[in-house]
Amino acid sequence: MAELDEVLRVDELRTYFYTQEGTVRAVDGASFAVKRGQVLGIVGESGCGKSVAAQSILRIVPPPGRIVGGQIIYHRQVAADGASNLSEMLNLTEMHPRGQEMRSIRGSEISMVFQEPMTSLDPVYTVGDQIMEAITLHQNVDRREARKRAIEMLEQVGMPRPGEIVDNYPHQLSGGMRQRVMIAIALSCHPSLLIADEPTTALDVTTEAQILDLMRNLQKQTGTAIVYITHNLGVIAEMCDDVAVMYLGKVVEQADVDSIFYDPKHPYTQALLRSIPRIGQARKRLEPIKGIVPDPYAIPQGCPFWPRCIHAMPGLCDHDQPEYVPIAPGHSVRCHLFRQEAM
Amino acid sequence: MLGYIGRRFLYMISTLFLVSVVGFLIINLPTGTYVDFYIQRLQNEGTHTSLEQIEAITKRFALDKPLYWQYGKWLFGFVRGDFGLSFEFNKEVKELIWERIVYTVIISLATLIFTWVVAIPIGIYSATHQYTLGDHIFTLVGLIGLSAPSFLLALVLMVIAQRSFGQSVGGLYSPAFVDAPWSWAKLADLLKHLVVPIVVVGASGTASLVRMMRGNLLDILNMQYVQAARARGLSESLVILKHAVRNAIHPLIMLLGMSLPSIISGATVVSIVLSLPTTGPMYFRALQQQDMYLAVTFLVFMAIMLVIGNFLADLLLAWVDPRIRYE
Ligand SMILES: Nc1ncnc2c1ncn2[C@@H]1O[C@H](COP(=O)(O)OP(=O)(O)O)[C@@H](O)[C@H]1O
Ligand SMILES: [Mg+2]
Repeated sequence: MAELDEVLRVDELRTYFYTQEGTVRAVDGASFAVKRGQVLGIVGESGCGKSVAAQSILRIVPPPGRIVGGQIIYHRQVAADGASNLSEMLNLTEMHPRGQEMRSIRGSEISMVFQEPMTSLDPVYTVGDQIMEAITLHQNVDRREARKRAIEMLEQVGMPRPGEIVDNYPHQLSGGMRQRVMIAIALSCHPSLLIADEPTTALDVTTEAQILDLMRNLQKQTGTAIVYITHNLGVIAEMCDDVAVMYLGKVVEQADVDSIFYDPKHPYTQALLRSIPRIGQARKRLEPIKGIVPDPYAIPQGCPFWPRCIHAMPGLCDHDQPEYVPIAPGHSVRCHLFRQEAM
Repeated sequence: MLGYIGRRFLYMISTLFLVSVVGFLIINLPTGTYVDFYIQRLQNEGTHTSLEQIEAITKRFALDKPLYWQYGKWLFGFVRGDFGLSFEFNKEVKELIWERIVYTVIISLATLIFTWVVAIPIGIYSATHQYTLGDHIFTLVGLIGLSAPSFLLALVLMVIAQRSFGQSVGGLYSPAFVDAPWSWAKLADLLKHLVVPIVVVGASGTASLVRMMRGNLLDILNMQYVQAARARGLSESLVILKHAVRNAIHPLIMLLGMSLPSIISGATVVSIVLSLPTTGPMYFRALQQQDMYLAVTFLVFMAIMLVIGNFLADLLLAWVDPRIRYE
């Protein structure tokens, strides 16, 4: 049964920002699933709602943003002794964002690494303080034990001299080091799911490669499922088991990584792949996607991609929103070319 | 850290030195200081004792010597606690000022504490409840506090205190306690009399501190590390108090030292209206009369209060912000 080994399922999630200039439909029908112990990549152009989707899962969407529809189902593992693999279904959208229930999940069962390592650590506390904060909050240990574990975590994320770094302030560390600290914080309570929101976008290429290596190794060691958000398809190919492609707040296609790269269905996914260079292929001209991303305040009617789509069918695509339909096991597409009736 | 404190301390000493030089010069610049007037009067008397007095004064303050000599002599006396003579009151300066300086320090400190204790929680409330009714009400009250002239506020509060609470206002004590020995009742009476001046002196400072706290906190609440603290599972109040407020408050600490001058000069106006025995009114008068040693002593003491205030603010800042400690 497919559902049993899912750790998270997001279903038709809608998160809107009610600003004075109008409503921003940042996430507007995003569905995806994360399998236990696997890595799901979420890819999409800047501004398509990836970060807001991540914030929605943790229920930390800042005002004036609000989840207005859909469901986020988290499967908490109750017993994992091989014989019985029980899990408890929790609907995160129904929880109070500031309530005890949600807070006990945040940082302990689902944790997050942010895009900007330079600003994700509070400048007035030592990195040790900030790792220990998570540990003492979610695990029943005293400060000495928490400090010991903080140092262990720093060692685990490949920090040199962890016993010293633990007493450093963030401004004494480089961007790459800070991101390692953020990863240490995120993994300190052994979460079932780690959300990494473009964790390497702000870093230089060498550091990026190191952090990617680290995350891959830690993922293998700990078996934590990861939602890896990026706009870089190269990183997706390296890191992920499954991929969800987002466009203007919607997931337009989800499949395993091979299907996405070798048998993409959605015209947007195809266009995205044509726009990047690929090793081992006869040299072809790269094609940028035509047109520009529409203004988030004025998302087109119908399928949001139709103005840029080479297969757009007038009268249909610019009128009706396509449904998100499964076309193969583990492969879903939101496009009128793949309508349920047509199958 | 020690280097930082040392540097701040040197700044403090050199600032004081500069203030004393400039102050001494400015007060001596115009002709016809109170000394000239005083000596004139003694000369007119022409008696033996008055001539002796002139000689004593000339010798004590080196009046026959150039200005830098006079300054040196005065400074040398000052550091040993000899502040010179007030010619208007015909008394040693040190007999006149201590009580007033103590009251000024009390009122300034109390005002500062009042300002912070009132403004910070309101600022936090306003920022975390942006655009709610409460936020709008505090904004409105704050605008009134900012724009009402302090003498008017003083008068209005005096009337309210007297009419509604039947309290004697003005001065520091009710008539019954003025010459009474110290007791709890006298202390309570003093505190009651301090309420109006503190509110008046602190009103505009409080209002602007609320605005600043609100603005800073709103900025900080958008920072990634606040969101990251939330993502760690911290309760909202801990996120706000431990992470956001701590970061929002240190620009205000930098201003803490700088807010002292306005408190002291604000206290002058209010002290005149409420007839409080602070340094303000007497300093004001000494300046008008060019009673130079009295004026310059007040000036230097105010400067001392200021630089000590700044120094303490610097220390506080280093304590709050590790980036300064490791600078
Ligand atoms: N706090 C906010 N207030 C208003 N609009 C926001 C806010 N956060 C994000 N948005 C809007 O939501 C959309 C999606 O943003 P985001 O999820 O950050 O994109 P990305 O895919 O680059 O992470 C953008 O149009 C952005 O302007
Ligand atoms: Mg983003």
